[in-house]
This record gives sequence, structure tokens and C-alpha cells, in this order.
Amino acid sequence: MRRLLFIIQKEFIQIFRNKSMLPLMTVVPIVQLIVLSYAADNEVKNVNLAIVNLDQSAYARQLINKIQVSDRFILVDAPAAVQQADDMIQMGSVDIVLTIPPRFERTFLRERQGEIQLLVNAINGQQATVGAAYLSTIIRSFNQELRMDVSPRLVVQKQSTSPRIDIESSNWYNPDLDYKYFMAPGIMGELVTILVMLLTAMNIVREREIGTIEQVNVTPIKKWQFILGKMIPFLVVGIILLMVGLTAGKIIFDIPIRGNLGVIFAYCVVNLTAVLGLGLFISNLSDTQQQAMFTTFFFVIIFILMSGLFTPIESMPQWAQHLTIPNPIAHFVHVMRSVLLKGSGFSDVLFSFRVTVVLAVVFNILAVWSYRKVA
Amino acid sequence: MSQIQNVIEAQALTKIFGDFKAVNAISFDVKAGEIFGFLGANGAGKTTAIKMLIGLSRPSEGEATVAGYDVYQQTEQIKENIGYMSQKFSLYEDLTVRENINFYGGIYGLSRRQIRQKTSEIIEQLGLENHARKLVGSLPLGWKQRLAFAVAGVHDPKIIFLDEPTGGVDPATRRQFWEMLYAAADRGVTIFVTTHYMDEAEYCDRISIMVAGRIDALGSPRELKQQFSANTMDEVFLKLVRD
Repeated sequence: MRRLLFIIQKEFIQIFRNKSMLPLMTVVPIVQLIVLSYAADNEVKNVNLAIVNLDQSAYARQLINKIQVSDRFILVDAPAAVQQADDMIQMGSVDIVLTIPPRFERTFLRERQGEIQLLVNAINGQQATVGAAYLSTIIRSFNQELRMDVSPRLVVQKQSTSPRIDIESSNWYNPDLDYKYFMAPGIMGELVTILVMLLTAMNIVREREIGTIEQVNVTPIKKWQFILGKMIPFLVVGIILLMVGLTAGKIIFDIPIRGNLGVIFAYCVVNLTAVLGLGLFISNLSDTQQQAMFTTFFFVIIFILMSGLFTPIESMPQWAQHLTIPNPIAHFVHVMRSVLLKGSGFSDVLFSFRVTVVLAVVFNILAVWSYRKVA
Repeated sequence: MSQIQNVIEAQALTKIFGDFKAVNAISFDVKAGEIFGFLGANGAGKTTAIKMLIGLSRPSEGEATVAGYDVYQQTEQIKENIGYMSQKFSLYEDLTVRENINFYGGIYGLSRRQIRQKTSEIIEQLGLENHARKLVGSLPLGWKQRLAFAVAGVHDPKIIFLDEPTGGVDPATRRQFWEMLYAAADRGVTIFVTTHYMDEAEYCDRISIMVAGRIDALGSPRELKQQFSANTMDEVFLKLVRD
């Protein structure tokens, strides 16, 4: 036990003597939190729109006004001919082209129906489909107004024959749909995990490169003492990182903290134990720091892309959803979001706890096993 | 001192990497308290042999005991009883002199009091009073080597293994270093040292000379010079290597 304390003491001295460590633990997480939370915004805004107005009637102008009022669209241009608009889509300068055909108003008044064409550039799938959906909603509500306008009687009649369903949605847990509330907690979890994993993965292999590990290996130190002595300091570093992140998130974004922070920190400890085990395992198997870094990147990239941080796990194919189960970052993101935004308690995130405990046990057994004192 | 014990016994100790016999059935004994020189050209297998003895590398064949413990089964007990200084400086350069002594004292299981005592002993012995709080990385190589030797003996081991301890320093510094070895040997510590400096070989009580994985000569410097009818160890070595 005393031996363990000496290893921990030595690691701490080395960590805090390293000049890049303090900025790494303060500036880096805050900067990433700010940049990523603002930038990783999935909300569809700023859809570039071109309107070809071939009608020039009052109705057409009304519709265009209504679209312009919405802050989701940027009216890039109003070309005179359809051909020009098509070119703009080809060039990629426009996401959606709305064409109001000639005699739109007249046809509407006479035949009680009008036709409008939407051309959607579907290369950016999300921008296209969500943008088109927004636009359709605007046009539909314009349609309602027109009918009221043209013949209130007719609308009443119509309503009596075909009842309409109005959808009123209310956004739970994030009523203002503030995307930063959604992203910031997840990014914190991801940041802590990655940084800690990278630091540990580089650690043992660095001692091997420098040669200091040989001197340690000729001492009667136990394998578990060595691994635990490496782990505890980085666990503390990870917890400090999370504290810095939560404080920054609270101050900068005023992210809600609805649940119990104790659950978050308890999960953080379990999660970091797992990730540290994996990091040390990688470190043990690597001969150079470069190797360790590339191996870590391999895992980190898969972990991040399949964590549900940027793309919802629910929309992945079934096999991929199964693959997210042993992904520590996916669970961290999930726990952070549920506890902070929804106020979930321990029992609500029990599944994540269970899986992560299993991961921690497996990774740490591998870490101890792969640490060879005797070649 | 009538019956001097063997602290190291090796019988046909062998290490094979793939189809290369790095160490080919070497046999020798080292007696308690002697300075045993383990000589050989570069690549003769000295480091591999030493690593088998200190429990860093598993032998492929043969038998050996170190401090009475078996090199296959009892490596951890061996490690309690030996010190080791590798040819590459391997103390922590980003720790101070004091912190290094503290760390190794700690993992060898010394008490706080013993560590304090050892620390002041080592610092005094090496004349490092003004440098105890400096990072080890900032010390000159000769000082580092002497510190490494002192740290290898922090837990008062029975045997200290040194693998080319004096590479890259001037003769005066080497001389100083050997004075430390003599002092340790006088305290009864067995010194097992590899080198390819033949002047250092003359300082040893007994030496073995390895050529291509085998021990080709074994005895005191004087015996070897007689056996090979040479005037210096240099000649002995050259005769062996040329054959």
C-alpha cells in the first residue's frame, strides 16, 4: 500500500511539473467547449433560397414576404427565369428554389387551387429536407390564410366536412430548443474522456522510450500497484477537467443542472476508470509514443462518431446501435445529457453504470495483464 | 570468511531469440563481496545475460540462482535483493535528486525515516548538497551515473548489477566512479559489472570474457594474462576476439 502512495506522488509531481499540463487542463477544455458548442449546431438555419416569381401578383408578394420574415431563410436572389435558378443550384450557391408560376393568383382565385414548385438541392441532405419542410409549413399556413381571405364561408364549410388536426408541440427539457444546452453537456463528457485516454496512452510507453521503466521493473513493485499508481493521478486530472468544464458551461452558457451532480461525478469516476484501463492497455502494447497515439486515435474517432454526440444513435442502423453499447463516450454523453437536462437520477442511468463497470473491469484486467515486467 | 558463498550461480544459461543464440550456455559463479567483471565486445550478449539474472528476461534454457533465488520462479525475491544500473541512464530526469531517491526508497519499501537517512547519506557522499533540489536532467553525465549507482543501492541490496555504467565519461570521472564501487565492495556488496574498457577490467577481482554468446575465459586478471601469455588485459581480449 505504501509503495502505491510513492508511485502516485511521483506521477503527480511529473504531471504538474509538465508545463503543458495546466493549460491542457484549463484553457483547452474551455476553448473547445465554447467553439464546439456554438459550431456543432444541427439546427437548420440560413437556408439559401432563390425565388423565381413569374407571377408578380399581390398574393405572390404576400407569400414572399411571409418567407422573408422567417429567420431560417436567406433570400439569395430573385432571378427572372427558371433557367438562372437551376444554374444557381448547380453552382451550389442556393439550397432551394421556389418557383411561383405565371397566373398563380388568377388560377388560385378561379380554380381554387394553385401550384408552386420547390427544387431542393439534396446534396446536403439535412439542410435540404428540413429546409423544404419549413418552407412547406410556411406555404401551408399561407394557404390557410388565403382561403379565409377568399371565402371565409367556404372554409367553414370545408372544416365541417373535413376536420383538420392541428399539432401543438411543446419541447420538453429544452423548451427554447437551445442547441447549446444539448451540445455542451455531451461535449464535456467527450472532452474529459478523450484527454484522459490520450494522456494515459502516452504515459507508460513514454517511460519505455526514455528507459525509466526498466529501472522500475527491477524493483519488487507489483503489477497492480504500478497500474493503479498510474491511474489514480489521471483519474484526479479527469475529475478536475470535468469540474472546469461544468463551471465554464454554467458561466458561459448557463446550462441547466437539473439532476444530482453526485450522479455525474460518480459516473465520471467509473467511466474514467474504464477509459484509463484502455489507455494503459494501449500504452503497454505500444513500442513508441507515435504508435500509442495512432492506436488511441483509432478508438477515439470511432468512439466520438458513434457516441450520439453529433448524430443521434437512434437513427443509426441496428448493428451500429449495438456497437455503441461498449462505447464509453456514448454512455458519458448520455449520462451528462440526461442528468443535466432532464434531471435523471441514478436509477435512470443505471444501464450506463452497469455497462461501464463491466468495461472498467475488462480494460483494467487487460492493462494489468499486458504490463510485462519480464520480457 | 572461511567458506565464501556463491551469490550468483549460472549453469548453461541460454537465451534464444528466434534462431539466434544471444547467450549460449554460459556457466559461472560469483562469490559474495567480489567485484566480478563481465567483459565482452559489443553485441557479445552481456546485456542479455544480465537481464536474465535480474529478472527482466526469462532464460530459454539452463539454470541460475541469484542471491539464492531461482531466475525462473523467484524473480520478485531476486529483485528485493539486487540493485541494477542500466547502460542507459534511467532515473527520472524531470524529478529532482531528492525526489528520485525518495521514489526508489519508497518502492523498495523503506520507511520514511530510512529514506530521510539514505537521502542525506547519498547527497553527502556525492557532494550534491547544492544540487539536491535540482532536476536530475540538468546534472552532468558523470554525476548522473554516480547518482544512479547510489540509487541502485538505496535499499542496501546484496548484489548490484551494472551494465556498462561508465559509458561516455572521461577517465577521471570513471576513476571516481570505480572508487564508489570499491567502497561498496568493502561494505560487502557483490558487484557484477559489464564493461568493454580493459583498464576497468584490471580493477575487478575476477573477470569473464564473452565472445559471441559464450564465455571463453574466466579467472582473475592475473590468471588470464598468464593463461594467454599477455602483458595487459587488452592483449588478452584481442587474442580472444581474433580467434
